[in-house]
Amino acid sequence: MFMIFGIPGPLLFGQLLLGLINGAFYAMLSLGLAVIFGMLNIINFAHGALFMMGAFVSWMLLNYLDIGYFPALILAPLLVGIFGIILEKTVISRLYKLDHLYGLLLTFGLALVIEGLFRNAYGSSGMPYRIPSVLQGATNLGFMYMPNYRGWVVLAALFVCISTWAIIEKTSLGATLRAATENAPMVQAFGVDVPRLITLTYGGGVALAAFAGVLAAPIYSVNPNMGSNFINTVFAVVVIGGMGSIMGSIITGFALGVVEGLTKVFYPQASATVVFVVMVIVLLVRPRGLFGRTA
Amino acid sequence: MLLDVPTSSVALALQSVVREKNKVYLNVGAASSALTGSQCSPNFIHWVYDTYMLSKSTGGAMVKAGGDSWYFLTADYAFGKQLQEDTSTLVKAAGGKVLGAAPYPFPGTTDFSSFLVQAQSSGAKVLGLCNAGGDTVNSIKQAHEFGINSSMQLAAMLMFITDVHALGLDVAGGLVLTESFYWDLNDGTRAFTKRVLPKTPKNYPNMIHAGCYSATLHYLKAVAAMGAAEAKKDGVATVNRMKAMPVEDDCFGKSTIREDGRNMVASYLFEVKTPAQSKGPWDYYNLKVATPGNEAYRPLADGHCSFIKT
Repeated sequence: MFMIFGIPGPLLFGQLLLGLINGAFYAMLSLGLAVIFGMLNIINFAHGALFMMGAFVSWMLLNYLDIGYFPALILAPLLVGIFGIILEKTVISRLYKLDHLYGLLLTFGLALVIEGLFRNAYGSSGMPYRIPSVLQGATNLGFMYMPNYRGWVVLAALFVCISTWAIIEKTSLGATLRAATENAPMVQAFGVDVPRLITLTYGGGVALAAFAGVLAAPIYSVNPNMGSNFINTVFAVVVIGGMGSIMGSIITGFALGVVEGLTKVFYPQASATVVFVVMVIVLLVRPRGLFGRTA
Repeated sequence: MLLDVPTSSVALALQSVVREKNKVYLNVGAASSALTGSQCSPNFIHWVYDTYMLSKSTGGAMVKAGGDSWYFLTADYAFGKQLQEDTSTLVKAAGGKVLGAAPYPFPGTTDFSSFLVQAQSSGAKVLGLCNAGGDTVNSIKQAHEFGINSSMQLAAMLMFITDVHALGLDVAGGLVLTESFYWDLNDGTRAFTKRVLPKTPKNYPNMIHAGCYSATLHYLKAVAAMGAAEAKKDGVATVNRMKAMPVEDDCFGKSTIREDGRNMVASYLFEVKTPAQSKGPWDYYNLKVATPGNEAYRPLADGHCSFIKT
């Protein structure tokens, strides 16, 4: 067995892979946040709560309607996305012309309300959600046993992230969306229904969070606090990647997952703070983020 | 009167505040044995458990069953560190070894995969989980996911019946844990549970819920005996009165409160039932060992409590 920095090689590779898997969650969540901020200029603090709702809706679908994991992967984002659209139409859209801070405060308040309601109804211990039987078990990779479900999470997250990036950067719909955020009146003059586009974009970002929630449900217990555990790190990821950059948040999400994984091996006590240390360094050296566009 | 205060770091911080204001502090939820040891206070009573009792009961049982090498997964704050320390002392005293520990940031860690893989590569026979609540549920769930439970025994040092419910019996079945209350233990606990269930229909009480009831009831009995005006004036006097009166209720039966503020309730080592063994809702525990109150806790002299005159 060979040693790298005093750690056995197989253990290090195992930790890198685990870091990639965590990075998949960061990438998915920060993608939704980046889409909402980049396109709508709203700092969506409710993102963590909506991620939690995605997990809870998939649990409810299983327990009340006997609808399994794979249909829930489509249904839960749809349902939570519709809820997001209702939120946008009723409260969030009133704040577009105001300072960013109002959007932050409103969505933070929404997050507290949503989490409180779920905590009231279901307690904070959490609900069990089984890994679907076709994804159970583990594969021996030689240097570690990798649970098949975690491998699935990485693949699903990569697929969704790249598809979203492709839609926004490479299709005409994405081009219209990007144009609408730069100059809404001009795009409206072309006959495009900009408010509806923005509403659907918010719904889309929310659906991404809910999709991550469904992916997370079998791994972390489905409890009302699961969103608030992630949201701070995800915000740091978005800031490091660059607030408006889609590809930036995907790459940074995976990269920071790996950085965090390596910290857990060498100095576990710092594994929660290392992301913020990186964020401080990036803000000092390159304030617009690693992939951000200058204003 | 200040009741419950889970989270050991907060509980410890409040000791001096309560002492300064001369109020009554009945802690149920926090675990640190330092609360009746180096950080003790004459205004304080620790009601249903502490880290020493958990280590002695769960740790002792695992070492006896052959688990003589341990690796700890520890929440990196007051409670986790105290629990790890108490359990390590016990393991070493029983002839075992501690092969390592992974202290993880608390709160906020949801993914334990990295630490679990490190634990597995240490070669220890027992994985000691020095954490609670959502962390314990997640670490056990993920230990199953990574197949850790096939090569190591899992020792959940602090776990409640509500956590077992969150995990489900197919994952939690076979786990060994210590509580001082179980709803189906005897007629008294069943009567209490019957009274409480209509108010919390989705939740059966664990030792913390029962402890809050028991502590409040005993406090009110003491206040009734002293008169409310006297009780309000002096927290130390009220606590001394509570210590002088024997405690008795449906939840814990009879117990006495020691001079350092330790309520000596019995501790029970339970094994979680497998799905096949469970016959009804929340029918989760088999009783393995009952330790009477006077044997379950750290001896008074070892606590070095400053206000006790030896």
